[in-house]
Amino acid sequence: MQEQTSKALSAFAGKRNEVIPMLQAVQNEIGYLPEEAIREIAEIIGMPESKVYGTATFYSQFYFSPRGKRTVKVCLGTACHVRGGMQVMEALEREMDIKAGETTEDFKFSLERVNCVGSCALAPVVMVDDDVFGRVVSKEAKEVLKQSDPEV
Amino acid sequence: MTQKFDLIEKEARETWENTENSNTPHIYIGCATCGNATGAQSVVRTIKKKLEEEKVDAVVKEIGCIGMCFAEVLVDVIKPGQPRISYHGVTPETAEEIVESYLVNDDHRPDLALGYFGKSGPDDIERIDTGDVFKNQQRVILKNCGNIDPENINEYIAHGGYRGLAETIGKKQEDIINILKDSNLRGRGGAGFPTGRKWESCLRPQADQKYVICNADEGDPGAFMDRSVLEGDPHSVIEGMIIAGYAIGSSKGYFYVRAEYPLAIRRLRKAIEQAKEKNLLGDNVLDSDFCFDLEIFQGAGAFVCGESTALVMSIEGNRGWPKPLPRPRTTEEGLWGKPTLLNNVKTFSVVPQILSKGADWFKNIGTAGSPGTAVFALTGKIKRSGLIEVPMGIELGKIIREIGGGILDDKKFKAVQTGGPSGGCLPEDKLDLSVDFDTLVKAGSMMGSGGMVVIDESTCMVDIARYFLDFTFEESCGQCVPCRQGTQQMLTVLNDICEGRGREGDIEHLLELGDSIIKGSICGLGQTAPNPVLSTVQYFRDEYEAHIKDKACPALVCKNLIMFHIDEEKCTACGRCRKACPVEAISGEKKVPHKIDQNICTRCGICFSECPERFSAVDRLTGKEKLAATSGKEG
Repeated sequence: MQEQTSKALSAFAGKRNEVIPMLQAVQNEIGYLPEEAIREIAEIIGMPESKVYGTATFYSQFYFSPRGKRTVKVCLGTACHVRGGMQVMEALEREMDIKAGETTEDFKFSLERVNCVGSCALAPVVMVDDDVFGRVVSKEAKEVLKQSDPEV
Repeated sequence: MTQKFDLIEKEARETWENTENSNTPHIYIGCATCGNATGAQSVVRTIKKKLEEEKVDAVVKEIGCIGMCFAEVLVDVIKPGQPRISYHGVTPETAEEIVESYLVNDDHRPDLALGYFGKSGPDDIERIDTGDVFKNQQRVILKNCGNIDPENINEYIAHGGYRGLAETIGKKQEDIINILKDSNLRGRGGAGFPTGRKWESCLRPQADQKYVICNADEGDPGAFMDRSVLEGDPHSVIEGMIIAGYAIGSSKGYFYVRAEYPLAIRRLRKAIEQAKEKNLLGDNVLDSDFCFDLEIFQGAGAFVCGESTALVMSIEGNRGWPKPLPRPRTTEEGLWGKPTLLNNVKTFSVVPQILSKGADWFKNIGTAGSPGTAVFALTGKIKRSGLIEVPMGIELGKIIREIGGGILDDKKFKAVQTGGPSGGCLPEDKLDLSVDFDTLVKAGSMMGSGGMVVIDESTCMVDIARYFLDFTFEESCGQCVPCRQGTQQMLTVLNDICEGRGREGDIEHLLELGDSIIKGSICGLGQTAPNPVLSTVQYFRDEYEAHIKDKACPALVCKNLIMFHIDEEKCTACGRCRKACPVEAISGEKKVPHKIDQNICTRCGICFSECPERFSAVDRLTGKEKLAATSGKEG
């Protein structure tokens, strides 16, 4: 992990305004922001660790614990909301036995709500990593997971 | 300056004309995010493979979004001397058929075609550009989207691109700003501030450095206009920013783009490189003294960063906190304390056309107070969802009825929501309103950045207000009390109303809270957060009252106020609902009508959607009906 962090941060000069791009680079590499990485960024920039952490927690893009291998994103933008996105979310929560924002015990899936993936014409939309499932109805929840991981 | 550009333009035109006029068929595939989500990439692969197998020579182009999202995947074929025929709902299978039938042979397959563009075409398919979807539209900002290859700068130049920039360089800065002032262009981010005045207030201050920022942090849930422009015509935005840099005396610009828009970011990167190669961006633009550099900053997911001072804080590497009042204007003291010009994607993208075609051309479109066009992402319960561009002043109802084709499943229209979490919902009797900045605000909504969500009778207006409040509460940065605490209090009241704990006086309480939040918040997020509640109370007060007084949700949405019930006479005991019920709340066996145990039922609604339409044995009950049924044997 140390190696991955260093690799992700090697391209930066360590300027103050690089905090967010550095956090993004680490997360792209590791999948979340481990404590050590935040410490390292703080050291490189010369800024208190608390301040880096404070910036990171402000933005919804950043995670602070390991994520599932695949991320199931349920769109709850306005178009998906009026077309029944919430029912789909509830069905997925039941099927995966976790709540939105959580990760399954076997680290196969994380479940997330997102505000608009911009495919409103296909509402309600579920994305599994980059695969998009459009016009999903709640009873298809299991099918979505199955297609994403044959072992489900 | 124009001399050098004349050469660039000539070369681009020639390249474009050579491919256009060649004897090779052209195939355009809509490959914006919406198209890709529907499977455009596999259609691209299939078409390329099939062309190779059949040994057909054709130019395959991945283009941006033409706006007909309802018809994705869209494949357009132009054979030499033939009109552009558009095929809709294309799958890899039908893509093979199109290649075989129309490109190998000469059958244009009316069964798969949506229609054709242009004056003449086959009799058995419709003309699209004069049909319902396009006849009320006027494409200015979107003119290139879906028509050119966004990854090829020559195509942009061949369509008049960078001419505005070429004519700008060498001119006096004041003259450029005067053209914009004269055009009366108003910012397309939502508030409609006069663009020319903003540029002027950024030109005035003396500073060693100034910045130009393009706000592409499109965070409205239900909106994708800016993304579509960036994906379909990135050069138009870049050109607008370079012109802005020249006009205010800045040498550095930033794109602030949502990280959730990977395709837009990739296309922008490519476009920036291409513009640099042509000497349209970077050092000594078109051999002049003017230097301008562009950088992309990826937003990390915070709606409040759409606010100018918060966005600036974010680029500087901080929490995206709006600066407290009183604060200097960003145009005077913005990024790193320097004068900073911040405009929306669509504002920048229309600037080059205004400069090359003139202020009068622009003023002739739209209304006197709001000239130009409006781009909307038309979504929700509408037959034809999509990205549309209409002249300002068009009647609201025309957009929904004609361009959108009316309500999905022929249900009853209830409201149209514009302006996202800062806007409001307008009812049926407001459909004759003119779509422009001022009229919509007067009616209790706003233009916003361009989300337009159509709502039908099956949506609860209290629930939709709660949905938006939940969003703004989550996205409130937490700095000022009216917004942080106020949205939370409003949300609590709305939750109570939706969950059957509504009390007399709640509506007045919401109005009072809303008023305080608007007056006391320090930034636009808080100042507009109550709008969805205020407008739904204004136009749909009866729904609030039904929730509070009768404990009824007229739209049958709010879970605590509805129950599912099986009509014994209609139930044929097919067992589908029983098997589908995730919590085993349904009992019954073969030939015995099924029953729902209300104590176990979580009101997920699966039984309702599972029951075949020919039986329709599952009812939803609410209010007094519900009480009557629960007091019966199912108790």
